[in-house]
Amino acid sequence: MIIGLDHYLAVSAILFGLGLTCILMRRDLLLILMGLEMNLNAANLALVAFSRYGRGADGQVLTLFVIAIAAAEAAVGLAIVVALFKNRRSVNADDFRSLKG
Amino acid sequence: MNAGDILFLFFSLALVLSALMVVLSPNAVVSALYLVLVFVFTAGLYVLLQAFFLALLQVLVYAGAIMVLFLFVMMVLDLRKPCRWWSGNLPALMGGPLVGLAFGAAVWATLRRTVWPDATSETLFRGDLAAVVTPLFSRFLLSVEIIALLLLTATIGVVVLTRREDHP
Repeated sequence: MIIGLDHYLAVSAILFGLGLTCILMRRDLLLILMGLEMNLNAANLALVAFSRYGRGADGQVLTLFVIAIAAAEAAVGLAIVVALFKNRRSVNADDFRSLKG
Repeated sequence: MNAGDILFLFFSLALVLSALMVVLSPNAVVSALYLVLVFVFTAGLYVLLQAFFLALLQVLVYAGAIMVLFLFVMMVLDLRKPCRWWSGNLPALMGGPLVGLAFGAAVWATLRRTVWPDATSETLFRGDLAAVVTPLFSRFLLSVEIIALLLLTATIGVVVLTRREDHP
């Protein structure tokens, strides 16, 4: 068995599916953010695999940008969670339904 | 089957199992620790893909900075009542795995039908530091500056978001 691009992309797809499951299934706002991180990580893995097998540096450069944006996204998301917790004393997504019609 | 293939199988299996434990673990802190494992095993896959600089950054930024931020917020919030996944509402409990796994399967089906470049070629890209960083300071210079501006904006935004109202 020769490990090729397909195998890395399969791992990436599985990781993305699990991250999406985490976002949709878990009600904890922190777990939703963790699912987002897993999605970004799956995209990064696919980008690095494409960079390796597509013979170019662009995928790895884009991965660098994604890592930087993920850091900013985690910081802002966690700040929003802290602000929500200060207002409602809860991090359960089911407690934030005031915008639901 | 050489050592690289065995390492790939080990890293990918451990990665998927850790990701599954992130989704299924009842305690948010345990989920965060499994997420650290996910990031570390992804860094191992990066090493197998010859992306050494990114593997380093993955461990430093993801497993280091971002996960410390997550754990720090958990300690600050000091949650008495964890949100267990089996006590969530039923649509989320049923629909979440369904949509997630269907999406993953759809991505996989699309990838299977696409024709990729020859994977057994000897001229694969080696991601040594110069090859990755040189485009950063030539072709992608404007993007790097915009990312720097974005990080500054995010820092200011976080300070504004978590500011106390009674404390100017």
